Amino acid sequence: MSLKNKLHNFKVKNKDKKWLPAFSALHTFLFLPNETTHGGTHIKVADDLKRTMNTVIMAMIPCLIFGMFNAGYQHHLALGEIQAVTSGFFSPEFWTLSNFMVGFWKILPLVIVSYGVGLGIEFIFAIIKGHEVEEGYLVTGMLVPLIVPVDIPLWMLAVAVIFGVVIGKEVFGGTGMNILNPALTIRAFLFFAYPTWMSGDKVWIHGAVERDQLIASGQNLDAISGETILGGLAQGKEIAYSLWDMFLGFIPGSVGETSTLLIILGGLFLIFTKIGSWRIMLSSVIGAIVMGLIFNQVTASGWITESSKFYGLMSAPFWEHLVIGGFAFGTVFMATDPVTASQTNKGKWIYGFLIGFVSIMIRVFNPAYPEGVMLAILLMNVFAPTIDHYVVQGNVKKRMKRLKAKVA
Amino acid sequence: MSNDIRIKKGLDIKLKGEAEKTVEQAVISNYCTIRPEDFHGVTPKLVAKEGTTVKAGSTLFYDKSHEAVKFSSPVSGKVIEVVRGPKRRIDAIKIEADKPQSYEDYGKFNLDSATAETVKTHLLASGCWPFIRQRPYDVIANPDKSPKAIFISGYASAPLAADLDFTLQGKESELQAAVNALGKLTEGKVHVSVGKNASSPMAGLSGVTLHKVFGPHPSGNVGTLINKIDPVNKGEVVWTVSPQDLVIIGELLLTGKFNAERILALVGSSVKNPRYFKTLIGSEVATIIYDKGVDKDGNDRIISGNVLSGKQVAPDGNLDYYSNVISVIPEGDDYEFFGWNKPVFNKVSTSRALTFSWLNPKKKYDLNTNTNGEHRAFVTTGTYEEVFPLDIYPMQILKACMYQDLDEMEALGMYEVAPEDFALTEFVCVSKQPHQKIIRQGLDLMLKEIG
Repeated sequence: MSLKNKLHNFKVKNKDKKWLPAFSALHTFLFLPNETTHGGTHIKVADDLKRTMNTVIMAMIPCLIFGMFNAGYQHHLALGEIQAVTSGFFSPEFWTLSNFMVGFWKILPLVIVSYGVGLGIEFIFAIIKGHEVEEGYLVTGMLVPLIVPVDIPLWMLAVAVIFGVVIGKEVFGGTGMNILNPALTIRAFLFFAYPTWMSGDKVWIHGAVERDQLIASGQNLDAISGETILGGLAQGKEIAYSLWDMFLGFIPGSVGETSTLLIILGGLFLIFTKIGSWRIMLSSVIGAIVMGLIFNQVTASGWITESSKFYGLMSAPFWEHLVIGGFAFGTVFMATDPVTASQTNKGKWIYGFLIGFVSIMIRVFNPAYPEGVMLAILLMNVFAPTIDHYVVQGNVKKRMKRLKAKVA
Repeated sequence: MSNDIRIKKGLDIKLKGEAEKTVEQAVISNYCTIRPEDFHGVTPKLVAKEGTTVKAGSTLFYDKSHEAVKFSSPVSGKVIEVVRGPKRRIDAIKIEADKPQSYEDYGKFNLDSATAETVKTHLLASGCWPFIRQRPYDVIANPDKSPKAIFISGYASAPLAADLDFTLQGKESELQAAVNALGKLTEGKVHVSVGKNASSPMAGLSGVTLHKVFGPHPSGNVGTLINKIDPVNKGEVVWTVSPQDLVIIGELLLTGKFNAERILALVGSSVKNPRYFKTLIGSEVATIIYDKGVDKDGNDRIISGNVLSGKQVAPDGNLDYYSNVISVIPEGDDYEFFGWNKPVFNKVSTSRALTFSWLNPKKKYDLNTNTNGEHRAFVTTGTYEEVFPLDIYPMQILKACMYQDLDEMEALGMYEVAPEDFALTEFVCVSKQPHQKIIRQGLDLMLKEIG
């Protein structure tokens, strides 16, 4: 008997069991189910939620792999073991096995913990509530390791994932019902619960925190550190990286957020496959540019001088905001989450624009934590239903007007 | 102002098994079955009890809530069985057909001297009334209300639909008589749509407002026509009639005979030789589908109607009251290894998520009934809007139906829609939600609560 028949018979035999959703979740990963249409349309499109989610994951894989190389590269660079890249994206200093292995062994556990804990909770909830395991966490589980610092302790990540999935999603009813983006809920939890692990100049480079502890215990070593560009700008420091480095991603930062180039490629892939909303991505970029231009104008006209603590980020050229920090990653992979974004096409324009606009505003006015895109997206998640409400009201009003015209 | 209607949003689903343009006389069905479930919302009161002999056009039953609305037998013969379900609900009325058919004579109808009242009485008495449907609620028209307009779509854009330009050939006089009669029933206009190539017999009708429609399916849906011309507002009613039913109405007016003849398309990838048949409403599908058609022991789904909105029928089932097409497609009750992530070339998709139907828009597909995934909550957004040309927010109205908020349903445009308008959004739904069922239940709720 073939595997297909064996699994089918197993499913039929256990169809009343409470744990069947857990089996089905694995079964449907191997085989597209044998379900046929009943009533309604007799044929259906080829896409399902698994395929949709899988497409998003595929778009993120380059960022993940780059992140692994970059983790090792930043580590070795800070230790002074290798030279900085010199020859563009394919620099041989960067794409070395030793770089990759450092990142691989740091980041793979993050991925495993993220998926293990998150999917575990999804399975438990599916069994308790008696529905199939929904695919929402497939994307969240990949997003999470990409938006945390590389050295974050695994237990912290696990706690945050539990919080994010239970409070951010399951209490609202699971996939499709949540108000806040679960991945960002997880990150926000980490940020507010363990702020020392989410900002500063130690967490972005593998080994920096450990080295600090060794120094504190009396060993005679040089401290290593590495700040994100945003952190540097916020403190008004000179930035040691070229714009090209920032764009290609050879900079410290969360695991997957650094390479704007690969994020753009992922974004284009999502737009091409029609899975990600180009409206949100484009309007978010426009929003960020507008806010950036306003700030540039403020510094250009001398209203804010170099003595101000806002000066550093405010005077950064508006287009630089697009390639530094998590803006690109947030815009492409998080703002476009269809469940928490605006659901109407008009609403998406407004929603995206405000995300870009608010991100840059938070960046500039909150130098203690200059990564604005996370808070901006969470804020707009909360406002998305309101935006949709007014967009839909426009349609309702049109209908009312038509009725009035008839009565009059 | 141009009467053309152009829509951009929509989707032509190209399937294998289009009917060849030849008409064959179907084997005469020994039994004719009428199922009251075809008439949504009607509670039948039986007139022709078991054992009664009826003529073609004799009343079988009437609607309990509108007693004037009568339903006629398509054939002459003997009522041999009334199949009842729970609570003695009538599920089916089975008639054994006579060999030479005899017809109830309703007399030639003089349209020139007719008033709205006499037309109405005549159509009600003869059993032609059920062919007239109304919006809101997509049910048989309430004869007590007068419609603001009547809409007839003479263009079929659904996948594998019967080509109306072909099936209506030579029926010009019947069509004209029917629209003349219908025109007396409304103070508004009778709107007729035809395809852009307008070789339709409908194009020559007088006394109607003619519209040419351009664009992909659902450009031929009457709901699209209504939405683009004169949407239904609260308190208003419009009527719709399909062209094949107009022919029956027209023949009754001209000759006095209720001739329930259908030119039917047998289509679908499971059919060896898809073609047209001449048969009667309620005929057994077995009389049509096997001769140069489907395999007797094949694993196929037989659908009375098109693949988007038709009803599944058993091989010993019968043609329903309204359809003019029988589609037969393969069942898809099999697993597909890694079907959810491998590249797909042989299925239709509106995305490009490793689905490649966008590469070759002209290609015809052999789709089966597999759902290609499991039922999920609404997740993706924007996909419905791409195939939904009505000025309505599809996901929002579906959700309003699901949480049964009557005010919101009304505000979002529930009076304007019928389940078939949501066939394409259901087809493209990544979450495999039953859109047409949700809308039907929503309409039923409104009908019950608001009326």
